[in-house]
Amino acid sequence: MHLVIIGNGITGVTCALAVRRLSPTAQITLVSSESAHHYSRTALMYVYMGHLRPQDIKPYEDWFWTENRLALVHADATALNTEEKLVVLANGTTLTYDQLLLATGSVSKLFDWPGQHLAGVQGLYNLPDLAAMTRDTHGISRGVVVGGGLIGVELAEMLHSRGIEPLVLVRDARYWGGVLPPEEANLVDRQFKENHVAVRYGTELREILGDAQGRVRAVVTTAGEEIACQWVGLATGVAPNLALAQTCGVETDRGILVDEYLRTSVPNVFAAGDCAQHRRPGAGEVPIEQLWYTGRMQGETVAHTICGQPTAYRRGVWFNSAKFFNLEYQTYGQAPAGPAPGLESFYWEHPSARVALRVYFRSAAPHAVVGFNALGLRLRQAVCEHWILEAATMATVVAELGKANFDPEFFPQHEPAIVQAFNQAFPQQAVVLKRKKGLFSFKN
Amino acid sequence: MTPTLATPPLPTASPVEKLTLTVVAGGLLALMLALTDADPARRQTWFYLALGLVSAGTLAWSWVKFGQQPAGVQQHNLWLRASSSRGAVAWVTGLVLTGFYVVLYWYSGDDGQGNFGPLNNLVHALDGFSQWLRARPADQWFLYGTFYTLAILLMGARALWKYRHSRYQLIRTASVMFFQLAFAFLIPGLLQFFQQPEFYFTYFWPLKYEYLFPGTVTSLTQNGGLGVFMVFWGAVMTFLATPVLTYFFGKRWYCSWVCGCGGLAETAGDPYRHLADKSRAAWRWEVRLIYSILGIIIAVTVLLWVNFALGSTLLGEVGNVGAKWYGFAIGAVFSGVIGVGFYPIMGARVWCRFGCPMAAYLGLLQKHFSRFRISTNGAQCISCGNCSNVCEMGIDVQQYAQRGAPIVRASCVGCGMCSTACPRGVLNLENGPTAGRHQASQLIHADSLRILS
Repeated sequence: MHLVIIGNGITGVTCALAVRRLSPTAQITLVSSESAHHYSRTALMYVYMGHLRPQDIKPYEDWFWTENRLALVHADATALNTEEKLVVLANGTTLTYDQLLLATGSVSKLFDWPGQHLAGVQGLYNLPDLAAMTRDTHGISRGVVVGGGLIGVELAEMLHSRGIEPLVLVRDARYWGGVLPPEEANLVDRQFKENHVAVRYGTELREILGDAQGRVRAVVTTAGEEIACQWVGLATGVAPNLALAQTCGVETDRGILVDEYLRTSVPNVFAAGDCAQHRRPGAGEVPIEQLWYTGRMQGETVAHTICGQPTAYRRGVWFNSAKFFNLEYQTYGQAPAGPAPGLESFYWEHPSARVALRVYFRSAAPHAVVGFNALGLRLRQAVCEHWILEAATMATVVAELGKANFDPEFFPQHEPAIVQAFNQAFPQQAVVLKRKKGLFSFKN
Repeated sequence: MTPTLATPPLPTASPVEKLTLTVVAGGLLALMLALTDADPARRQTWFYLALGLVSAGTLAWSWVKFGQQPAGVQQHNLWLRASSSRGAVAWVTGLVLTGFYVVLYWYSGDDGQGNFGPLNNLVHALDGFSQWLRARPADQWFLYGTFYTLAILLMGARALWKYRHSRYQLIRTASVMFFQLAFAFLIPGLLQFFQQPEFYFTYFWPLKYEYLFPGTVTSLTQNGGLGVFMVFWGAVMTFLATPVLTYFFGKRWYCSWVCGCGGLAETAGDPYRHLADKSRAAWRWEVRLIYSILGIIIAVTVLLWVNFALGSTLLGEVGNVGAKWYGFAIGAVFSGVIGVGFYPIMGARVWCRFGCPMAAYLGLLQKHFSRFRISTNGAQCISCGNCSNVCEMGIDVQQYAQRGAPIVRASCVGCGMCSTACPRGVLNLENGPTAGRHQASQLIHADSLRILS
């Protein structure tokens, strides 16, 4: 069996590794136009900031691929012939496959802003983007970042690390308004302030202005403000990369349409990760998932189907994480940004405004816990997931909070304060703290 | 990687930062003057001026550089600055350090008339302090001990500012500073003041190999009650306390909390921790070297004792010659010249990782008989590589984290930097039941995927 995987991002590589494990004799070829070796997209910012070198963000050493008999082809796949099971490469060669996985990832989303093609205007998704950003922010004094999501804050942090003044435009009235409740967003805003990063909330990009050389010189916001800058980072999301899929008969919508087994409309052609669009997403799930974690899970799942063990994609209990300057963030389960029918939440914040915890639970007794937001404190994923799956009651979770504490040894333990705040807010559910974390964090 | 990334201009240092660095440079200049000035009174002044300026400059610089930034991971431009990325500054620093060790070890012995070679002026500048602490004039080792302790204290202060967001790092840094100052500097000095053997209660065989050599044991036990206690202490620490403490806490109780070599690496060596080679090839060298050295020192010690028991009749001088060569090759060249001299090029733990027989011994215990492990938090790893980058022992931490596996490695010294640097809160140093210590997370591990459930 020859498996050809288009894309060497986390989805393609996870699939390749899983297939190698499940089928030791399979012939596996990974094709990528972007880089010779798999690298971690999530780490691009650390290269820019000088924390890491480009070679440090390769999750596997170069010998790994040959030793595991994973053939790497560094070329642009330009066309697909699904009748003859052929992939055409830009270098003129072709690859024949028995099974094909499209893991082509995303492209930065643009919204047809006037001036978006000026020099110094870009998104940050791949290595060429990083090279462009490194080149175009060389010696500049101010960059404008458009977008109040995860990449927006990363871009701001990157510019800030080089002593370049960032200014962030956020469409919503608060940071990441679609995901974070106001209290959490406020803590992120504190990080912006602490790092002297200007943010314009409720403000969008109207136009980008260029100079005579075709370089960006300013942006105009929807508030009519003209902001001088030498670089613009567009962090308004990504869209599935359909360039290759559209060269053949594979059915696409916004993404490459797949069923629950990640099969496309064409036999022996699969799609997974950022580029896939689920025809029937699970309840409460979105059809296109553009996360490192979901890419990895989809890659693992599709590998099983490819190896003759048809496996439906189940995302499991939702989780995600991020870091906003110095503030770590983890979320588990259902954690809506605003009021949701039948759900309530308990929020605790440390007076320092650097630590906070929100626990979501059902309004109806016995108040089963459905989700968590943690800022500035680390929660144990296995424990949170267990509580959510078991529908543990709020009383149990709050009383046993120490079980989920994943902070390093000697860190301040906030459980007593959290329990006290909970008992004040919900006296009818008042609990006694049962589980603190020991000094030397003996595992539970 | 395909695109080549141009090295950007680094943000210029603020005037205040430049001023503090100028003070340090002024201190180094004063040290040169102390080294060369013919007038004893003046060179004493130069010497203490040098210590004062270097100390004040380093503390002020640390405060400006790290204390003035919001508390958090501060790694900007680490791989872009010449000083911390094997640039020209790093090579010069390495050469100066290496040169200092060569001069110290082989050209600074007392010639019998109180002359200590090229370092003579610096040694004698410390005579007053040495008289006060130890009731005897300074020698080259006292000069070395003073510099060493000062380096740990000053760069320790830098680490305290840099890592002030992590209580684990604060307490651990304070611990190495304390053990160096009290147990590796003041107490040995005071022992000499009271005419007792100079003894380091924080160094044990096989790192301080001569402590269990028959020669040392005999001379200590002849020294009365305290000497007997020192022999007893050394033996108990090596054979009893080390396995017990390592069982409960891993080798970190020693390597990154107590040991002086570790203390220097964690403080003065902190700017270089990312330079440790993470490749599989380096790991193979590590295994080849460190266990061989442990084997050699065990063999030498056994030989010496056999000789001692048999009255040196059977094996002749083999044991003594072995001990002498071990002292030269391992005790001096490896642990000193290479171990510290190569800080700016190979990272601060070259000795601890490739050479130290104590680390080898602790590592075997940690790997096979310990409750310690670094846990991975479910499936949260994003493979960014920050953990591997900061590992001074060259462990590719990420290989474990991205598989959801706990990190159980002989070499891990438990400094906790992987946990501190992780941007997703994935890693945590934990002591727990040995059952299931190698158990990977159910949330990601390939063979028990929850997506299959």
